[in-house]
Amino acid sequence: MGKISKEMQIEMLKKITEIRRFEERTVQYYQKSKIWGYLHPYIGEEAVAVGACMALKKEDYIISTHRGHGHAIAKGADFNKMMAELFGKSTGYCKGRGGSMHIADTELGMLGANGIVGGGLPISVGAGLSCKMEKKGRVIICFFGDGAANNGVFHEALNMSAVFKLPVIYICENNLYAISMCARESVAGNDIAARAKGYGIPGYKADGSDVIAMYEAVEKAVDYARKGNGPSLIEAETYRFLGHHPNDPALYRPKGEAEDEKKNRDCLKNFKEKLIEDKVITEEQFSEMEKEIEKRIDAAVEFAENSPEPELDKFLERVAINQ
Amino acid sequence: MREIEYREAIKEACIEEMDRNPKVFLLGEDIGVYGGAFRAYKGLLEKYGPERVVNTPISEQAILGGAIGAALTGYRPVAEIMFVDFCTLAMDQIVNQAAKINFMTGDALHVPMVLRTQGGSGTGIAAQHSQSLESWFYHIPGLKVVMPATPYDVKGLLKTAIRDNDPVIFIEHKTIYLNKGPVPEEEYTIPFGVADIKREGSDVTIFAYSAMLLKALAAAEELAREGISCEVIDPRTLVPLDTDALINSVKKTNKLIVVSEAVERGSVASDILAIVNDKAFDFLDAPVKRVCGLNSAIPYNSKLEKACVPTKENIMQAVKGML
Repeated sequence: MGKISKEMQIEMLKKITEIRRFEERTVQYYQKSKIWGYLHPYIGEEAVAVGACMALKKEDYIISTHRGHGHAIAKGADFNKMMAELFGKSTGYCKGRGGSMHIADTELGMLGANGIVGGGLPISVGAGLSCKMEKKGRVIICFFGDGAANNGVFHEALNMSAVFKLPVIYICENNLYAISMCARESVAGNDIAARAKGYGIPGYKADGSDVIAMYEAVEKAVDYARKGNGPSLIEAETYRFLGHHPNDPALYRPKGEAEDEKKNRDCLKNFKEKLIEDKVITEEQFSEMEKEIEKRIDAAVEFAENSPEPELDKFLERVAINQ
Repeated sequence: MREIEYREAIKEACIEEMDRNPKVFLLGEDIGVYGGAFRAYKGLLEKYGPERVVNTPISEQAILGGAIGAALTGYRPVAEIMFVDFCTLAMDQIVNQAAKINFMTGDALHVPMVLRTQGGSGTGIAAQHSQSLESWFYHIPGLKVVMPATPYDVKGLLKTAIRDNDPVIFIEHKTIYLNKGPVPEEEYTIPFGVADIKREGSDVTIFAYSAMLLKALAAAEELAREGISCEVIDPRTLVPLDTDALINSVKKTNKLIVVSEAVERGSVASDILAIVNDKAFDFLDAPVKRVCGLNSAIPYNSKLEKACVPTKENIMQAVKGML
């Protein structure tokens, strides 16, 4: 951890807190029916996105999943535009057309969340091709879940990226559950990282509850990709604290598993305690930071509440033009 | 004017667009030294090298995802899927991704890609290599569908497709690659949504596209000798569709026959009927007639294969039955 500056550690803690608090708030507003449709909270997995995105430069790309808010925030997405999108407002990232699963930000190199499990995997091949053709040393992180690792696209994408030595970092967020299907029962070999061997690319596991471990693992893969060596596969061992969505009580999990994870592998709690112990930050400073974040989320909610609905006429006009 | 083959016209379009814009590149199966299944790309690997003529593994999802990802990050890929039948392997990338990304992201992202493929029967390669699946793509908002029948049209329309900012499904026909036709030396493009009256006439309008256009023209030629005057209209692009040209022709002849090789049930031809019913019912002197493929898979045996798709004689018969 020597080379990770104090400022960077504080930034990591801040981003993790941002995602945790933002997600908690979205669940609240989902329960109040301000947000509807599907919502897939990232609570518990924050260290994966934050550790990974901290290893990127601004111009690098990411491509995300249905559980994508954390990735977007880690890459620097705007709270206002995110919340407004979740509220279905015209000022949202997608003008109210996309909702939770389709947030994208071209300026941040955020190529979009995805409603299809594994949908982003083939697209990462294309972004990788363009990074390679461009020769500017850009890379792309492709986030996907343990469910997607069992989909055929996983093979096509990793094979083609490996064949062409594309600068793609494949991060499998293994949170153990694809909706209700447990990875222990669905991943043959029970080792997603080991599948890298078949493609002749580096593959390793990283503790997804430890932001520093994630950062170091991803930094290594980013460096490898920037040097033109091709893709890597990182299996982030993480855990979804909540159910698949806010109304899922997650009864398919063994008793005590979630409680144990929350108690022992809470990336926010553990990292905060560590930074206090290491005297990187004080409890008071953390409280200040948290208050600041809450204020920004309050502002985002206010912005979303006060934003206009999309205009039906404008929408229909667009439909007519695109016949 | 000089005459060149349909496939040469495709190659010329690619060369002109690749020379015009360094962001244009080709990808697909067997498009390297092999030059593509129909040799449309012969010599292009030598001319542009493997970075712009990307010879891929047999991975339809990764090919189209490759195109989408590159398109999202500043390139203009032309992805080849060897047979339209193989698009079935990658329908998620076409339907859920390419067609919807611009819409879902509130117009933040564009997918300027071309999917070049070919379909149709007539070469004895049976049910999995002979389909006409244009109605699948026609049905999906967000996709443009182009089906050129002549060397002139294929060149001008492919150039337009490559310059388009949204995904274009470009469907050629496997039996017409060696057909020769006039193509000017000078550069030209053909706008989408502009039908071409391939033959003027006054008794009946025949609406036909792709290889069926050629059969319709042959039928019209023979009918002319019998004193029957057919107007043959080629939409060239099914989406966008030049409805005005179709309606104007119907107003002139008051009779319409729609010819298509595709299975009749749920076809583009059926939709043309509905459009004419809506917009020109009062001008019709007879019910619109469809001359389409049988509701069957394509068989291997040549006699049976021919029986599944419209012939010149079928078209002539339909015309005579209407007078």
